Amino acid sequence: MKMRNFALSASVAAMIASSVTIASADDVEVLHWWTAGGEAAALNVLKEDLAGQGVGWKDMPIAGGGGTDAMTVLRARVTGGNAPTAAQMLGFDIKDWAGSTGKLGNLDSVAEKEGWNDVVPAALQDFSKHDGHWIAAPVNVHSTNWVWINKEALDAAGGKQPETWEELIAVLDAMKANGITPLAHGGQAWQDATIFDAVVLGVSPELYKAAFIDLDEAALGGEQMVEAFDRMAKLRTYVDDNFSGRDWNLASAMVIEGKAGMQMMGDWAKGEFLKADQVPGKDFVCIRFPGTQGKVTFNSDQFVMFDQGGASEAQLAMASSVMSPTFQSAFNVVKGSVPARTDVPNTDFDDCGKKGMADFAEANAAGGLYGSMAHGHANPASVKNAIYDVVTAHFNGEYDSAAAAEELVSAVEAAK
Amino acid sequence: MNRLQQWLPRLVLAPSFFVILVFVYAFILYTGYLSFTDSRMLPSYGWVGFENYTKLFALRHWNTALVNLAIFGVLYIGICSVLGLFLAILLDQKIRGEGFIRPIYLYPMALSFIVTGTAWKWFLDPGIGIENTFHNLGWTSFHFDWIKDRNYAIYTVVIAAVWQSSGFVMAMFLAGLRGVDNEIIKAAQIDGASPARIYRKIIIPMMRPVFLSAFVVLAHLAIKAYDLVIALTGGGPGRATEVPATFMYSYTFTRNQMGVGASSAIIMMIMVFSIIIPYLYSELKSGDNR
Repeated sequence: MKMRNFALSASVAAMIASSVTIASADDVEVLHWWTAGGEAAALNVLKEDLAGQGVGWKDMPIAGGGGTDAMTVLRARVTGGNAPTAAQMLGFDIKDWAGSTGKLGNLDSVAEKEGWNDVVPAALQDFSKHDGHWIAAPVNVHSTNWVWINKEALDAAGGKQPETWEELIAVLDAMKANGITPLAHGGQAWQDATIFDAVVLGVSPELYKAAFIDLDEAALGGEQMVEAFDRMAKLRTYVDDNFSGRDWNLASAMVIEGKAGMQMMGDWAKGEFLKADQVPGKDFVCIRFPGTQGKVTFNSDQFVMFDQGGASEAQLAMASSVMSPTFQSAFNVVKGSVPARTDVPNTDFDDCGKKGMADFAEANAAGGLYGSMAHGHANPASVKNAIYDVVTAHFNGEYDSAAAAEELVSAVEAAK
Repeated sequence: MNRLQQWLPRLVLAPSFFVILVFVYAFILYTGYLSFTDSRMLPSYGWVGFENYTKLFALRHWNTALVNLAIFGVLYIGICSVLGLFLAILLDQKIRGEGFIRPIYLYPMALSFIVTGTAWKWFLDPGIGIENTFHNLGWTSFHFDWIKDRNYAIYTVVIAAVWQSSGFVMAMFLAGLRGVDNEIIKAAQIDGASPARIYRKIIIPMMRPVFLSAFVVLAHLAIKAYDLVIALTGGGPGRATEVPATFMYSYTFTRNQMGVGASSAIIMMIMVFSIIIPYLYSELKSGDNR
């Protein structure tokens, strides 16, 4: 009897629980990993905009930067036949999902009406479209080839912003002589790879494209790649002894506090500086990684809609809101990134944001816009991680540069 | 009434039996099947034979994981057993305050490996941990940065794991020591055997089953080690402390190579079974004799 009671109450509980998780047709259930203060506030703009149109928002945040945990949850839900309305995704994840399930919603109608084709750069469209159909709405564009320098430390080291590799080394040497850690860095595979992005792009943009986007063996194992690894080894000499495992925001804090000279990190690092009341140009300087001015390695967060028997009204409304210039500006001012459409006014952005937008437009016009390898926009996750393995092993001294280039070829080959 | 008594135990066990059948054994079979398919991001069912296994063993990364497991497993089991036995023998000397001391040794086991890993990450961090403390005390030549050194980082995992588990092993051994028949010990004492000799020749040989149990518990903990490594080193520096469990997770869930991940899971299962099955066999056999 007791057993039956238990079974009964358990099934009632299960029914209540399941009825709660089913969102009504007019709501959007959104899976994302924007849980940090600023990001969550920025997302609120979108929520309120949708609420104004009568579309409810069911939040499904899965914390964890980079979204690997979120992707694991998403996989479980889609496999179980319970896909959310929309999910935040990055780069090749979108392509993988589109290619392997075909269960993504079609946003062509709203895209056509609002002319997305003309305002979203082609390099981004490559990720937002599958078989010529819009399947995702890009929210922002981060670029990864930035260097964040403590102004005071730079002034003490000569005051000139480095524009070439040689000048960079000179500045780093001067900072070392001044008794601070020249390069603030966290020894995690993705951070090593973020620097590697910029270093390879700095050696030559052609190398970047051939090696990371085309996965050309000759480029992956070539002379220039060995040089790129040599530069990584050189940079390794400027980090402190205690760098391994450090989180990126702690590295930013070292620059803010003046304990370290500079950090090479994507533009999300700017948020850390702003939070510490630092003023761009006065307290810190943002420059492109020396030798990569005019080129941009980007990664872009996008909202992918899952197919629910044709795109629902709520999905189209959400896609339209995401792409509205007001939201793009409001969100990206907070997030540190730049808008995914090129026609958004830059009035609300700070100096670094304005520079980011100008660089983005310039790179787009001149064909210098590349997907970031370190952030899953140049090649699929399996290849990306294989490259991570080699880069981080080399950075930690496991191989010399020639061996690393050789290993890169075989690791990429095995992961393809 | 009699028939009910006969059926009741089976009836009560049936739900859990079926749940385990499906959620453990069926999924083991499913994983086994996936390891022979071309699954990448989501499960897919194109048969590829042993390709995933050949790929797996060609991966440097997997070899690192296996070597790490060997180092970790041998040291972890060895040190825990020796230390556990030593502590148990000390506690067995009928000392005062045993009831107070025993839980102190046992408490680390109450923590999860995540807590142990995080705490030891801070202790071992040269910037804030032991090294820094000694520097502040004035011993500036003191140097202990294993956790940042890719050649030694795996040993820090051993240190943390031993700290966590040796108390538990001690408790197992202590129970074993207390279980030895007092008559035999008294007889040996009357024959003039020294305490050291009694332990070596009589008590420890009689504790063979306890050793076996301790070995099985520690061995499967070693093979499953995941949370400790994630919390302590995150698999770093570089990939220096990657173990099979972390490898399996990353290939299955973050690298979109589910086939390779599944094959590594199967290899881990074979490792566990090769330890458990002989143990079960010997247990069941001795059960028959009784």
